[in-house]
Formats: sequence, structure tokens, C-alpha cells
Amino acid sequence: MLELNNIYKSFNVGTIDEKILFQNFNLNVKNGEFVAIVGSNGSGKTTALNIVSGDVKPDSGSVLLDGKNITKQKNYQRAAKIARVFQNPSMGTSPSMTIMENMSLADNKGKRYDLTKGLNTKRRDFYRSQLELLGMGLENRMETQTGALSGGQRQALALIMATMKTPTLLLLDEHTAALDPKSSDIVMTLTEKVVKEKNITTLMVTHNLRYAVEYGTRAIMMHEGGIVLDISGEKKKQQSINDYLKIFNEISIECGN
Amino acid sequence: MPILIGILEQGAIYGIMALGIYISYKILNFPDLTVDGTFPLGAAISAALVTRGVNPWVCLLCAIIAGALAGSITGILHIKCKIKDLLSGILVMTGLYSINYRIVGMPNMFLMQKPTIFGGIRFPKALFPFRYIIVLFVIVLFVKILLDLYLRTKSGFLLKSVGDNEGLVVTLGKNPGTVKIIGLSIANALVSLSGALYCQRAMQFDISSGTGTMVMGLAAVIIGTTLFRKIRFMNVTTGVILGMIIYKACITAAISSGLRSSDTKLVVTVLFLLTMLLNSVMNKSEGGRKNA
Repeated sequence: MLELNNIYKSFNVGTIDEKILFQNFNLNVKNGEFVAIVGSNGSGKTTALNIVSGDVKPDSGSVLLDGKNITKQKNYQRAAKIARVFQNPSMGTSPSMTIMENMSLADNKGKRYDLTKGLNTKRRDFYRSQLELLGMGLENRMETQTGALSGGQRQALALIMATMKTPTLLLLDEHTAALDPKSSDIVMTLTEKVVKEKNITTLMVTHNLRYAVEYGTRAIMMHEGGIVLDISGEKKKQQSINDYLKIFNEISIECGN
Repeated sequence: MPILIGILEQGAIYGIMALGIYISYKILNFPDLTVDGTFPLGAAISAALVTRGVNPWVCLLCAIIAGALAGSITGILHIKCKIKDLLSGILVMTGLYSINYRIVGMPNMFLMQKPTIFGGIRFPKALFPFRYIIVLFVIVLFVKILLDLYLRTKSGFLLKSVGDNEGLVVTLGKNPGTVKIIGLSIANALVSLSGALYCQRAMQFDISSGTGTMVMGLAAVIIGTTLFRKIRFMNVTTGVILGMIIYKACITAAISSGLRSSDTKLVVTVLFLLTMLLNSVMNKSEGGRKNA
């Protein structure tokens, strides 16, 4: 489904800050998998995600989605099949536009943005029902500008918008990191629900080990551009948060911190 | 009375220009200095074509097209050649100076009894003194409504979101660069139309008539969006046009209080600073919203 083959990536080549991140990095994600990726800072989690989305170009190697080589495609071309929710809640919505306008905008993905009416009033009831599921009262605030919403509300809305047109692949880039514990739990629960319901293949980068344990069908731990742990299925279910912590601490100790 | 009509006429003409700046500066978040060149571009095309006997309405259309072209060049320089927004506008503006000169062939020109859009319509005697303001208001209203309608289309939605959040446009599978180029084309088309109207109303072309366009338009946009923010039922576009009328009234008042007409640009600058001040004061009292 998603393949990263022989990825090489270095930053600041030729300067004193040169950092070789990926050397022959490989990742193979199967259809319907929900992969949680954890790892220390600078381990390459987010860069891996950016290489998939097309925001970062690998030095060499290829990215395949559904067997099709998309390495040369620009980020907005890949977006036709790949949806993404960012860490920053303001990245997923247009703040000066209302909830209704934002949802109409997202609902039109894949179609032409032409001179027909922007608001999709026929789907208002559908949007309302989607918002009701959140239990945040947003269904009564559809004419509110999203800039006036809280981070948790915006992130929940961003997730709904990103999955409105079911994507082939969903990228979640620490999408709960900027939220308070309660909001992040709400968004995580929503995430799992949406991913399961629509059976979307998902890559989720997170700093929260608990989420990696509780959610997803496969867990990957990364360290310095490599995969140090990769478990899925029954084996993942048996792994406790302490097992993750043990490995995580071992890596960190190796680094000397 | 004639002073009031003069202010309204100018407000209408320059109001269209302010709508253009509203698109580039407020919606796209793009400080576009091309406008200082596209305003006289519209005037130049109008002057050159009107004196050659072309239908004055067709002249307006040509000005719109030329303005859109100039705007798209700024956009392409910024997006494709990765030149900074401010610099791309300055480059095109500088180039346009020579182009405007070439179009007319001289630095200034009087239209002298040539037919304009104001001449073609028969007015009843009572309305004859108001013929300019009537025609101009119909045009500005038409442009405003058209722009309002556009901003409610899918394409308009995309335009609004690209200035707000470029990343969102990418996730929607659209190239934000293309959307910006389209936005700049529309903005400069409006500015050029404004220049063409100015030329036909004043019956003259002046190569330096564009100096300060950006500052003037921006001031009107800020006045319009700050003063009328509270009024819910009013569109922002209406506010921008009213902002320009208020702005022109202030300038007229300043000039008639004994300043010379050559002091206009200084008045423009001071007035702009005052608007910025007003804007920050109004924002502070509301708990600090996004700066202009």
C-alpha cells in the first residue's frame, strides 16, 4: 500500500551542521494498518511523514502509494489521495472562514473549484450530524469563524475535514501535541473512530507513548533515522507501556542523555 | 455641493482600486506594489485607445485585461521565480513605467473632446450635472456586487483560504501558487479599471498618476475594515468603498484648508499614518486582533 524504498536524506550538506538522517530507510505499510510512530526528537518521524506527503524531497529512494511511484509528485498532487492533520491546530482550517464554509471547502476536494456556489447548503444537515458526533456543541456554531474556536475544537474539525472525502492514506503529525490532556483524548478517540469506520490506512506520529500503546494496529519506534522496534497484531496488544519505556530509555541512555 | 460630488466621484473611481488592494493585501496577505504601475496602465490604455476612436467601453475592457496580465506577471515572478512578494511588485511596477510611456507616447496627454463612457448616455436635463457620479456609481456597484458574488463561489473560497492558510489549500489538492496568481490578476484588473475610469473622467493621462496608489488604497481598506467592522449586515467590500470616500473627503478637507495641491502626497502619507494609529487603537480596545 505505502512503500518507502531505500530512502536517503541528509540535511545541511556541506556545512558544519550536516546531519545524515536516513541511510537506506525502508518502510512498508499494509492496507488498513493504523501505524503509531514514536521516537525521540530528531529520530526522523516527522521527516518520514514529510517525505510521504511530498513536503520534503528525499536525496534518493522512492515512495510508492498503491503500487504507483509518487516520488516525483508535488505535495498538492499527492494530496488527492493523502490527507493530513498537523500539530498546529490552525493549520487544518481557514481561520477567517466559518465552520460551514470550511466544511464545504473540504467537501469539494477532488472536484473543481469553479464559479458555482461555494457553500454546500444541501449538505448542511450532514455537516451538522458530523459535528454533533464531536459533542462539542459546534453544530450550533456553524456560522462562527474557525479562528474563534479553541485548539481542540479546531483540531477535531480539521480531522473531520481531512477525512470528509475518504483518503487512501491519512497522516497525523503529532496532531494532539498542542492540546490539553482532555482535548487530546477527545481528538484521539475521534481519530480511532473515524479511521476504523472508514478503514483508512493511517500513519500517526506521536510523542505520547500511551497513545502508541492504546491505539493503532502496529507500533514503530524510531531512533536516529532507523526503526528500532516494529510490532503489530497480537504482539502489539501484549506490549505494555513499560516495555516501550524500557526500549525508549535504552536508546536515550546510548545517546548519553 | 460641487465639492461633495467631487469627493463622491473620486471615492467611486478610487473605490474600485481599493477593492483590488483589499484582495491582494487583506485576502491574499500580499503587499502588492504592482498597483502603482497598473493604475496608470489602465489610464494609458484608455487614453491611447480613446484618442484612436475606440469605443470607450471597449477601452475599459482592454484596461481590465492588461491589468490582469500585469498582476499575473507579478504572481509568476513571486511563485515561479521565488522573488520576494514586495520585490516582484516593485519590479513589475518599474517596468510598467516604460510600458505606459510607450503606450501613450508621451508623459501626459489630454483627451480633448473625445467620446468617453460619460458622453454616450442621454440624461434628462435635471440629472445632467450628476451624469458622472451616476455612471460611476453604477459601475462601482456593479463591480462590488460581482466581487461579492465571486467571493462566494468555490473559486472565491479557495482564494480566501490561500491567504489564510496556504497549507489547507495544499491538503485540498490545489496548487496555492496558482490561486495566488489568479488573485493578483483580479486585484490588478480592478486597479487598472480604476485607472481607466480616472482617465476618462479627468480627460487626461499623467504618467505619474500612479504614485501612492498602494498607500491610498491601503488606507481606505484599513478605514473600511476598522470603522465598519462592527456593522454586521454590511459587506466588507461596501466598507472598503465607503473607506475610500471618507479618505477622499479627508484629503479634500486638508487641501482646501490652505495647503497646495502639490502637498497631496504628504497629506496622503500623514493620513495613512493616522489610519494605522486609529487601527491599532481600535484593535487594542478589542483585545488585540490581527494587525493590518
